[in-house]
Amino acid sequence: MTAFLWSEFFQQITSGLAIGSIFASLALALVLIYRTTDVINFAQGEMATFTTYIAWSLMNHGLSYWPAFVLTLLIAFGGGVGIERVLIRPVEHRPEIVMIIMTIGLFIVINGLTGWLWGADPKAVDSPFPNKTIDVAGVAISTQDIGTFCVCIASVIVLWAFFRFTSLGLAMRSVAVNSAASRLMGVRVGWMLALGWGLAAVLGAIAGLMAAPTAFLDPNMMLVIIVYAFAAAVLGGIDSPIGAVVGGLTLGVTVNLLGRYVDLVGEELKLPTALAVLLLVLVIRPQGLFGRVIVRRV
Amino acid sequence: MTAAVKGVLLAAAVALIILIPQRAGEFRLSQFTYVAIYFIALLGLNILVGYNGQISLGHGAFMGIGAYAAMIFILGREGLTATGANPPGWLLEHGMRPIFAIPLAGLVTGVIGYLFGLPALRLAGVSLALATFAVAVSLPLIAKHYDSVTGGGGGVSLPLPTTPFGWDISTPHWLYYEAWATAGILFLVAWLLVRGRVGRAWRSIRDGEVAAVSSGVSSAAYKTLAFGVSSAFAGVAGALFVIQVSYINPDTFPLTLSILLLVSAVLGGLGSLLGGIFGALLLVFLPIYSQDPPVLHFSFSKQAPSVVFGVFLILMVLVAPGGVAGLLRQVVQPIKIGLARRGSRPSRLAKEE
Repeated sequence: MTAFLWSEFFQQITSGLAIGSIFASLALALVLIYRTTDVINFAQGEMATFTTYIAWSLMNHGLSYWPAFVLTLLIAFGGGVGIERVLIRPVEHRPEIVMIIMTIGLFIVINGLTGWLWGADPKAVDSPFPNKTIDVAGVAISTQDIGTFCVCIASVIVLWAFFRFTSLGLAMRSVAVNSAASRLMGVRVGWMLALGWGLAAVLGAIAGLMAAPTAFLDPNMMLVIIVYAFAAAVLGGIDSPIGAVVGGLTLGVTVNLLGRYVDLVGEELKLPTALAVLLLVLVIRPQGLFGRVIVRRV
Repeated sequence: MTAAVKGVLLAAAVALIILIPQRAGEFRLSQFTYVAIYFIALLGLNILVGYNGQISLGHGAFMGIGAYAAMIFILGREGLTATGANPPGWLLEHGMRPIFAIPLAGLVTGVIGYLFGLPALRLAGVSLALATFAVAVSLPLIAKHYDSVTGGGGGVSLPLPTTPFGWDISTPHWLYYEAWATAGILFLVAWLLVRGRVGRAWRSIRDGEVAAVSSGVSSAAYKTLAFGVSSAFAGVAGALFVIQVSYINPDTFPLTLSILLLVSAVLGGLGSLLGGIFGALLLVFLPIYSQDPPVLHFSFSKQAPSVVFGVFLILMVLVAPGGVAGLLRQVVQPIKIGLARRGSRPSRLAKEE
């Protein structure tokens, strides 16, 4: 192991924050769906990969980055809404296990389709940010990391503002709290759930697009990232949006530091470490850092 | 389904299993050996998911644990050293025969599954799905990391299997009989467990945990037991698998396997032990036929099987939640009722007269 340098330590933290913001967006997508439809969407990562491929195709056909980015988000939104309407709605009131199995089915269909349409070879996705580093007090931070962090956190803030300040956002929040009462107040519950899926798909697409330049786009790109996102969502409390963001950032930084400075963990055992965190939280504090304690009523 | 129909189905299955080796070539035979292996894993998974209502996305990983255990038992410390690994001193010096290694591997996996079940039983539904998913993703990485025991990413080759006791059958035939005999024994074990006191407790937890606990069923004890038993089944399947392939590396048991196992358990029919045979047949043959459809003269992409599996699964969940076994039940039920009517008609006529 090389000598300890403060500048490198801070570099590890900033790159941890960048990767953590990707975990955070995806974890937030999971929380969004969990709060509205009461199911963990195992297909979230695959949906993100699929939409990233769409962006790649658009750029391959000559579109420049940001138009392709926006178009992809729109397509993702439509896809998310469609999936909820067609596949999730029929099993909405069936037991939890059935809904999990449904998202597993989605997982393998989308994963297979991605490989079928675009092949298994990794594709290079351009980064929208210049490949430079900025020197802040002796710490070199890559613009890639800054850009990733800003885009992910900005999307989280926009989403928060949407929920906080618009009547549509209010309607969606009311459905998450009490769908029967909201229905009586005239909220169209079904469409709110679909909207939740659409927004989750958009968040996923952003996470995918931000991850692609460094992770290389292949059909299993999000497989590892989604596991971190699961861990982040559980760490923050599976029904807490703030928890998902804090959990994602914490996990990104922690895992990065452990991988660098703890020999036992190293590069290879980063993921199992995140999973150990997931298991520990589930067993010791199932409600996570910010979640609600669920009391079972007999 | 009536006992008679079940008996006929079982007899037909046994007859087929005995007849296949007479007809099939060695390659086809090995495919049916895999059917037996997956059938065993699906029996275990069905106990957990179908009868106890818990979910596992990590059964492929438990197969992997069984496979690694069997590999270590078969090779022993000297065998592992010969493959270039650097095994720790506490391993057994000499390897053992597969016939002992298989049940031992099952036992080891069962114990590990039981220990995993201890904390996991506090979780339900979504959390358990996440926890087992985590196991499925991390097992290959852990196996790669601890290469002194597992041989790391390069994998370990086992000695090619041979027919024991000087029996005059080819090795593929022996492996076939070995797998199906094990499957038969474990089917019996599963059936006895499920129909008895334990099975009743499992089902009562599945159908209403609060009610079960109120009636004095220890939810914790029975849920961990289900996890242990079901992992033991997966461990035996993994052991048979590694003997059949005589090679193992961390990617032999990927997340995909865990997911496909759950999918085929659902497709075969949850809560039906025999349904596992359909599930296992699908798991072995669907990938082959969906990639190269038998009648059409072209091949699909390598990704076609998972798409077909997924579409089947989604359709099944939407249209026929009982799986293949449930569909069969739906077909048999009207026939049974029809037979019953016809049987009772003369007596009714007699009464009228």
